[in-house]
Amino acid sequence: MTNTWQDIKNANLVIVMGGNAAEAHPCGFKWVIEAKIENGAKLVVVDPRFTRTASVADYYAPIRPGTDIAFLNGLIRYLLEKDAIQHEYVRAYTNAGLIVKDGFAFNEGLFSGYNEEKHSYDKSSWDYEFDQDGFAKSDDTWQNPRCVINLLKEHVSRYTPDMVSRICGTPQDKYLHICELVAATAAPDKAMTSLFALGWTQHSVGAQNIRTMAMIQLLLGNIGVAGGGMNALRGHSNIQGLTDIGLLSNLMPGYLNLPNEKETSFDEYMKTKLYKPLRPGQTSYWQNYRKFVVSLQKAIYGDAATQDNNWAYDWLPKLDVPLYDIIKAFEMMNSGQINGYICQGFNPLQAFPDRGKIRRGLSKLKFLVTMDPLDTETSRFWQDFGPQNPAKSAEIQTEVFQLPTTCFAEENGSLVNSARWLQWHWKAADGPGQAMSDIWIMTGLFHRLRDLYRKEGGAFADPLLNLTWKYTDPNNPDPEELSKEMNGRALADLTDATSGAVTKGGTLLDGFAQLRDDGTTASGCWIFAGSFTEKGNQMARRDATDPREQGIAPNWAWAWPANRRILYNRASADPDGKPWNPAKPIISWNGMRWVGIDVPDYGPTVKPSDGVGPFIMNAEGLGRLFARDQMADGPFPEHYEPMESPAANVLHPKVSANPVARVFSDDRAAFGTPEHFPYVATTYRLTEHFHYWTKHALINAILQPEEFIEIGEVLAKEKGIEQGGWVKVSSKRGEVVCKAYVTKRIKPLAVDGKPTHVIGVPIHWGFTGQARKGYGANTLTPSVGDANTQTPEFKAFLVNVEKTTAPAA
Amino acid sequence: MALTRREFIKFTGLGLAASSLGVLGFGASGEAQAAAVRPFKLTHATETRNTCTYCSVACGILIYSMGDRAKNARSNIIHIEGDPDHPVNRGTLCPKGSALLDIVHAPTRLKAPRYRPPGGTEFKEVSWDFALDRIARLMKDDRDKHFMTQNAAGTTVNRWTSTGMLAASASSNETAYLTWKVARSLGMVVFDNQARV
Repeated sequence: MTNTWQDIKNANLVIVMGGNAAEAHPCGFKWVIEAKIENGAKLVVVDPRFTRTASVADYYAPIRPGTDIAFLNGLIRYLLEKDAIQHEYVRAYTNAGLIVKDGFAFNEGLFSGYNEEKHSYDKSSWDYEFDQDGFAKSDDTWQNPRCVINLLKEHVSRYTPDMVSRICGTPQDKYLHICELVAATAAPDKAMTSLFALGWTQHSVGAQNIRTMAMIQLLLGNIGVAGGGMNALRGHSNIQGLTDIGLLSNLMPGYLNLPNEKETSFDEYMKTKLYKPLRPGQTSYWQNYRKFVVSLQKAIYGDAATQDNNWAYDWLPKLDVPLYDIIKAFEMMNSGQINGYICQGFNPLQAFPDRGKIRRGLSKLKFLVTMDPLDTETSRFWQDFGPQNPAKSAEIQTEVFQLPTTCFAEENGSLVNSARWLQWHWKAADGPGQAMSDIWIMTGLFHRLRDLYRKEGGAFADPLLNLTWKYTDPNNPDPEELSKEMNGRALADLTDATSGAVTKGGTLLDGFAQLRDDGTTASGCWIFAGSFTEKGNQMARRDATDPREQGIAPNWAWAWPANRRILYNRASADPDGKPWNPAKPIISWNGMRWVGIDVPDYGPTVKPSDGVGPFIMNAEGLGRLFARDQMADGPFPEHYEPMESPAANVLHPKVSANPVARVFSDDRAAFGTPEHFPYVATTYRLTEHFHYWTKHALINAILQPEEFIEIGEVLAKEKGIEQGGWVKVSSKRGEVVCKAYVTKRIKPLAVDGKPTHVIGVPIHWGFTGQARKGYGANTLTPSVGDANTQTPEFKAFLVNVEKTTAPAA
Repeated sequence: MALTRREFIKFTGLGLAASSLGVLGFGASGEAQAAAVRPFKLTHATETRNTCTYCSVACGILIYSMGDRAKNARSNIIHIEGDPDHPVNRGTLCPKGSALLDIVHAPTRLKAPRYRPPGGTEFKEVSWDFALDRIARLMKDDRDKHFMTQNAAGTTVNRWTSTGMLAASASSNETAYLTWKVARSLGMVVFDNQARV
């Protein structure tokens, strides 16, 4: 989230598309109701189903799963055609006026530079025209036809209301009414907030779904302002934190990239990370990249990371592919390239696509370790549970370890919420039986491995042998010590260049501005610097005071970066530093410095007349309507059909699906066609359940006891399916036998003139826990991900549905 | 009278037990009945501030447990409710958060390390030492066999691709950081979390 949960109340328009906050984030959704009641806000919901969020909306429109970009590109077309954009904001704060190179083009569904063999783009033409000083050329009058804004206008011109309706199945009048509501927030003092979740990410075009709305928010001047922003409602209590700390195949803490093998030295690695400003006088904050990396290496390797060994650069593993994501991991497992797998609080057998493939993969492992508070399906993949998990135990040679862990109530520590707040929590009791914390378990493995390497030698072990481990109890590090290590310390006396203030060696840092690239600072996660200082644990702060009741609560817990609550808040004020919305200012220029209720996302004394752009992390200082080379599938968003789709792409039938999606050949062979699987399926959570966990909790198991699908009345009638009757739902990959809930909430859509039915598949069931035994929605889903992130396409795939009889008891 | 929330609970709970029925004029039988009324249980509980383990609204919660955390006492969690002081949820919880007590005490909470040998049909309980020793052995053997120090071009790559790890989504930042350190120091690259699902 760029903004906070409470800040939603400041919106004039709330658009929920790609999510269902009322059911998946109920206590956060309260702030939408607050916006409606206290701020007269309107709520718009666009969703394939009439969800509980839709039930309290002022306006609802249906949409076919997987067609959001068509809807949103149409919306951009509408805004540009009606000139409903916030002109001064777009001119000063976005790259609308920058000039794009001549080579860049888009034809028949493909951007310039496509390589058909590799299914990827040479992105060299996706850039600006540069002058002799290396600055991007611009035309502030927007007359040049190669200005971003003009190319964008041309790109979205194909998305006429008629075309949007043909692709999305959304009735034209409903679509146009929503365009009108959204356009009204182009007024400088009006804001729209976008609330989204996995309904946007879980597509082969997931990242572009979100990007398209971000562009709309830039055009409307809704980024950085109260009641605005792009608000990803994250689904797990600390998935924001796990991402922040870089527990992803290609990341290091604080969104630093793990090196790839082409970056043969630290200097080579840094060459692509210099972030030279692309416009005169810009901040381009990533210019400090080297400080963050060196400080990380000092935190991880201490004295063993030196100038002479390039801060132990060689000790970092180097990637040979962009990602070793989970889809790839299970592909490797199936082809015998992975022998061991550790699942810490993660249940991939239920949570990942194509359960059959996941089970086959796990069966090929030499060993599997699960660390979990609960008895997960993954830890029992080898056991026969009937049709829900058909396994021949005797034939499966995998050694399985099921390690019991403590849960949230049994530990101290911090979690990062969706609004980037690090909140500390305290232990209330010990875990049951012999359950131990993940910290203790990982520590136990670390010590045993290090001892084995000390004793026996073996493959390159320097990083392991030199890993810093200066904890009071080395067998069970205290969470506070780990927090301090992430925050960072001065390793020598540091003198501030401007103020002359001295930070004593050994003291905790106040913020990342103190980090150095000469080895005199250590910080395990630079964006967390400031969370645990000499003043104490900032994450444990409990002062809920909220200036003007504007939803900032700056002294409650601590938010990264630098306790800033609203990202890009410099853009809440006009170029002169006066708030666009005087009723809800965040920061403003007082003639000397930036002041207000939040920490400025900007140099605190940088004068408005200096012309520094508000998007200080971007080398242009500007918000990007044209993404340069940052996306795998194009600098502008384009509608591509889901990998399994009931319809060809009417814009460019030859390039129907995302041309750069990575598809393994066995997965491609497991895609179905509309001929055999004529219905569009989409998976989701119910409000009574959380993933595959709450089926272990008695109350939730009682509330929603068994697996079912939702099916519209028209299709149910057509197929002779009765309310509560048994159905067999099948995809090319597997089948689920469960009950049908016949509903008015899903109606057939007219897609390119043809009726299209959508089947809703709630995800929560499995074969362990207290709810009735079920298969799980991912028995059906395809193993293919978003071209940028490899997030699986759970929200749009093809199935067939048949009436069946109750299975034998 | 200025009362904190907890004092208020104590006040009303104990007050009811001690005197209210008597004051209301129930006489001796009322007094006897009042003496038999159990004081509000939470007044004796230890209150701990925590965060809901489910979605990322991160509602503040209050966990009530019996036991005063003395060395010889084992705390038992008896009640969980929304934290009214929390600026986001302001005391409310959803159908999942309201049932947190049932996940803490789920019958399927694991209580001992278990092991299933190749071809086995059952789990059997093992000691922590057995489990961790064996896992470390398996990891080291695989790492020693498949660790790649250099690629075909002779570049130092120091990566290990034949053992992978999925990290959690509800573990703390501190757990995450320590896990990152251990996994990366081993050269692990097949390393992912639950951000996508």
